[in-house]
Amino acid sequence: MSENTFAYVATSEKPQLPPPQGTTGAVGWARENLFSSPLNTILTLISVFVVFSTVPGIFNWAFVNSVWNANSLDECRALTENGACWAVIRERYHQFLFGFYPTELYWRPILAFVLLFVALVPALWDGMPKRGAALMASMTYPFVAFWLIWGGFGLEPVSSTKLGGLLLTMIIGVSGISFSLPIGIVLALSRSSNLPIVKSLAVIFIEFIRGVPLITLLFVAHVLLNYFLPKGVNFDIVLRVVIMVTLFASAYMAEVIRGGLAALPKGQYEAADALGLSYWQSMRLIILPQALKISIPGIVNTFIGLFKDTTLVLIIGLMDPLGLVAPTLADQRWNGIFVELYAFIAFMFFIFCFAMSRYSMYLERKLHTGHR
Amino acid sequence: MSDVNLAEDIQADRSKMHVSDTDVAIEITGMNKWYGDFHVLRDINLKVMRGERIVICGPSGSGKSTMIRCINRLEEHQKGRIVVDGIELTSDLKKIDEIRREVGMCFQHFNLFPHLTILENCTLAPIWVRKMPKKQAEEIAMHYLERVKIPEQANKYPGQLSGGQQQRVAIARSLCMNPKVMLFDEPTSALDPEMIKEVLDVMIGLAEEGMTMLCVTHEMGFARKVANRVIFMDQGQIVEQNEPEPFFTNPQHERTQLFLSQILNH
Repeated sequence: MSENTFAYVATSEKPQLPPPQGTTGAVGWARENLFSSPLNTILTLISVFVVFSTVPGIFNWAFVNSVWNANSLDECRALTENGACWAVIRERYHQFLFGFYPTELYWRPILAFVLLFVALVPALWDGMPKRGAALMASMTYPFVAFWLIWGGFGLEPVSSTKLGGLLLTMIIGVSGISFSLPIGIVLALSRSSNLPIVKSLAVIFIEFIRGVPLITLLFVAHVLLNYFLPKGVNFDIVLRVVIMVTLFASAYMAEVIRGGLAALPKGQYEAADALGLSYWQSMRLIILPQALKISIPGIVNTFIGLFKDTTLVLIIGLMDPLGLVAPTLADQRWNGIFVELYAFIAFMFFIFCFAMSRYSMYLERKLHTGHR
Repeated sequence: MSDVNLAEDIQADRSKMHVSDTDVAIEITGMNKWYGDFHVLRDINLKVMRGERIVICGPSGSGKSTMIRCINRLEEHQKGRIVVDGIELTSDLKKIDEIRREVGMCFQHFNLFPHLTILENCTLAPIWVRKMPKKQAEEIAMHYLERVKIPEQANKYPGQLSGGQQQRVAIARSLCMNPKVMLFDEPTSALDPEMIKEVLDVMIGLAEEGMTMLCVTHEMGFARKVANRVIFMDQGQIVEQNEPEPFFTNPQHERTQLFLSQILNH
């Protein structure tokens, strides 16, 4: 053999052998992923140490030593030294969910919330039977939700100043998300178009909105819009905020989608043209499905950013969950309780943001049709 | 050149290929094009009769691809006239779409739509451009997929196919629009040698059915067997054109001789 290694030729069919021991299974996985090099081993050990020195403490604070039944912070502290005082959440969670919405009318936002998911089904589930008709029905959701939350037409009207908490976050977040995507698509197409006027309008809009902090836009919505609008025209503050947040997010959305458009090979545009598809057909059937798929991580990133940015409305005096911390602290009984309130708010936001993130991962996997 | 030899053993039946004497498919007169200051196409004149198979060759950068891409307006010409199937190509979008419906095109990199299945790739244009019912479009698509010998791949995605298979799908996709003229822009240049033949076979079949074809290619075996005219381009001009036999055996122009000696004597 040895003298032949230079011009080696297999003389017989080699059988397929099992892989060497320790390269597969749990041991193989740990060896490859946790202890593959000295640096990796050190990092693994440090991580294990950090986890063991923090997690039990947090767990004890949040669950083992926590207090659920108490009437004030002092009572809590009397019961436990180092445990969370969830009693405050138990007493006031409805405020964090609905703000100062009339208690007897809670069923209306709850129904609107449930209907939101019903309306989302046709949009998120593409294998649904009779999807076209269902989508049309979903289009009526904004009006239904508006009617349920604000009232009128037979329902007792509720003023915008009563809205707050998660309800307000959801109103601004969901409307911002559902309107910023289509507006962003139109802006991205405008910015990549050959028509000079359309293109410059899109560029000016995007660059202006991106160049200004969201808080500034919210102040504009709050204060300045009154000066610009004709006398007597005075639309709702929540509506004004929704418009500003939507415009803000759509500028970012446009750039994310433009990235997706730019990532497509020129050949895709040419093939669509060569087949005789019109501009709108080729955008709808060929370009956007691919560009949006590429942009999913960026789009969801913008969605999550928008959802969390809704907390900025506390600056102009709206009672979003963070805005409700102050009135809670103003109560003599709960003065001094910070961590529990913020932890609860963080938990609420995390649920929604994490759900969006998981859905985007599912969508990416589903749309993966092999490399091009 | 191995590609040339590989294409030598292809069979083509010239007796089936019929060129019309009166029916003009494409007429290009005095066409000029610039990229900025760069004059890429200089005074192109070309008349293509129905049923002609024209092979266009020349060194890279000579403007061959640009010329055929002008025919379906993937590139815009700045001077001169292009008339395709009696329709003059102007900036009128309606005219452009009308011409694109009648002119099929295959690209070097296939340009299949990766998010659609093979069948959907083929039915898309008939359904949306020709307004054909889905069922009928699928029947036609299956017919042409059988023609290019891959009906069994209909429900796969382009990413799951080999290069040669993808190019055959691309040809089928164009044929589904029932075009009067087919343009091929280096259809075999991105393929492994063993896949070139399967694509050329399909193209020969098309020629035997009387399709008018303009083909930018360096497959000289294909040119010899199928083309009724070979055009040599250099620096944006048509330098020489002739029937394949005299073109290969007795090239007139110095640049043609140099080009042929470079690609044939390897």
